[in-house]
Amino acid sequence: MVRFVAAAIGFVSIAAAVVASAEPPAGAAACSGCHPASARVTSPVPRLAGRDAAAIVKAMQDFRSGTRTGTVMDRIAKGFTDEEIQAIAAWYATQK
Amino acid sequence: MKSGRREFLKLGVAATAAVALSRARASAQGTAARVVIVGGGFAGASCARALRQADSRIAVTLVEPSPTFTACPFSNAVIAGLRELRAQQFTYERVAADGIVIARTTATAVDAQARSVTLADGTRLSYDRLVLAPGIEIRWGALPGYDQAATAQMPHAWQAGEQTLLLRRQLEAMDDGGLVVISAPANPFRCPPGPYERASLIAHYLKTKKPKSKLIVLDAKDAFSKQRLFQQAWSELYPGLLEWVPLSKGGSVTSVDAATRTLVTDFGRHQAKVANVIPPQKAGRIADVAGVTDRSGWCPIDPATFESKLQPGVHVIGDAAIAGAMPKSAFAANSQAKTCAAAVARLVTGGAPSAPKLINTCYSLVAPDYGISVAGVYQPSGGQLAEVPGSGGVSPADAPRATRAAEAVLAEAWFRTITDEIFG
Repeated sequence: MVRFVAAAIGFVSIAAAVVASAEPPAGAAACSGCHPASARVTSPVPRLAGRDAAAIVKAMQDFRSGTRTGTVMDRIAKGFTDEEIQAIAAWYATQK
Repeated sequence: MKSGRREFLKLGVAATAAVALSRARASAQGTAARVVIVGGGFAGASCARALRQADSRIAVTLVEPSPTFTACPFSNAVIAGLRELRAQQFTYERVAADGIVIARTTATAVDAQARSVTLADGTRLSYDRLVLAPGIEIRWGALPGYDQAATAQMPHAWQAGEQTLLLRRQLEAMDDGGLVVISAPANPFRCPPGPYERASLIAHYLKTKKPKSKLIVLDAKDAFSKQRLFQQAWSELYPGLLEWVPLSKGGSVTSVDAATRTLVTDFGRHQAKVANVIPPQKAGRIADVAGVTDRSGWCPIDPATFESKLQPGVHVIGDAAIAGAMPKSAFAANSQAKTCAAAVARLVTGGAPSAPKLINTCYSLVAPDYGISVAGVYQPSGGQLAEVPGSGGVSPADAPRATRAAEAVLAEAWFRTITDEIFG
C-alpha cells in the first residue's frame, strides 16, 4: 500500500512537471497585471515574455535582498522562494 | 439503518465518481466541457479569457447584460474632472473574438444540483463548472434613509457610470465655499483605499477650483488602508481643507436625509452642499440566489480553487468572494480569475488543481502627480488566503516626491496594462 502511494505521488509529480511547461507555474499568471502581456501597451514596466530567465531570476533576487530598489517589486519579490522564482523565470523565457 | 446509510454513502460516492469520470471522458474525447461565467468585470472577463487560453476546447459562456464595461479604478479621477468617463469604458468585442459566447442578459437562477443557470429570458444553460463574478450590490436598508431614490441626491458612485458623472456634476455646480461630505463604510467593502483616494482627488479639485470650500470624511472606522501615507499627504497638500472624522470621534453615519443632503451621526448633523454616501455592500445578487453567500453577505471559498464552500461546482471570484487577506480590488480580481481558471481547466478534465500563489497591487492617487501603493503576495494557509510572511506592504513613508510621481505614472500604466489584457 505504502509503495503504491509512493508510486502514485511519483506519477503525479512527473505529470505536474510535464504540464508545467505549458501552464504558468504558481504566481506567474499574476505578473501580467502590471507587466504587459502585449507589446502594444505602453508602460515603463518591462514585458517578461521572451526575456532571459537568468536576468529575471537576478532581478527578483536583487529586489528581494534590497540590492536593487523598486517601487513595488521589492515588496512582491519577498513573497517568492528561489524555486518559485526559477520556475516563473523559466516559463516567461519560453513565452512569446 | 447503519449499513443502509453506508450503502447510500457508497452509492453517492460512486455516483459522484461516475459523473466526474464521464465529464473527464467527455473532455478527453473532444466533447467540450462547459463553463458558464456570470459577470463581465475585472474578475469575470479575466476568467473567461484565461480559461480559453488554458484550454481552447472548453466552451465558455459569459453572462453579462451590459454591452459596455465601466471600470471603477480611476473613476475618482473622473469625479475630480481629471479624466473622462469614456477612458473607463470597454467593450466585449475582443473577448468574443477569443471564442467566448456572450449572453447579453442577466442570470436569474442557479440550480447547483442540476448544474444549470437560468437566464432572464428563460433559457437554461447547463454547465460543468459555474463561475460567479457578480461584484458588489448596495446593501439597501442598512443605512436608514439611503434607498435607491436617495442616490439621485446623494450619489454613491461606487459602481462606475452615471453615478460617477452625477457626483462630478454636483461638484461642478457647487459654489466656492460649499461643504462636501463623504461617508465611508465599515469593513469589508469594495476597494478599501477608494474612499480616501476619492477624498484626496476631490480635495485637489476644491483646492484648485473652489479653495474656500471644505471636505469632511465621516468614517465608520478608526483605521483604513494606507492611512499613514494618506494622512501625511493630506497635511502636506490639503491642510485645513480635508478633515477626516474617525468612528471614535463620531464619524459613523447612522442615517441620512436625501432631500436636505443631511448626514446624521451620534455626535451631530452635517448638512452638505454635495454628499457622497459610500454605503454598506454585499456580494452581487446572483450570489445570494445561488446560495453561495453566508450570513455576512459575502461568499466563502476554497483558497486554492475559489470553489464555493456552500455549493459544489460553483466558484466565486472578485469582490464577492471572502478572499482572506486579499483586498477587494481589480488587481486581486484579475489574479483570482486566473487562479480559478487554471483550477477549473484542471477540474473539468479530471485533473487536480495545483497550489496557487496570488498577487495584489493597488495604487491610489492623492494628487494627479502623487501616487502611493500597497502590494501583497498570497497563498492558501489554514483554509484561507493569507499573506506570505515578510512580503508586501505599502510605499515607504519617507519617500521623496519623485517616488510619488513615479507611482502616479505606474498607476496609469497598470490601468492600461490590465484593461488591455482583459478587454484588448
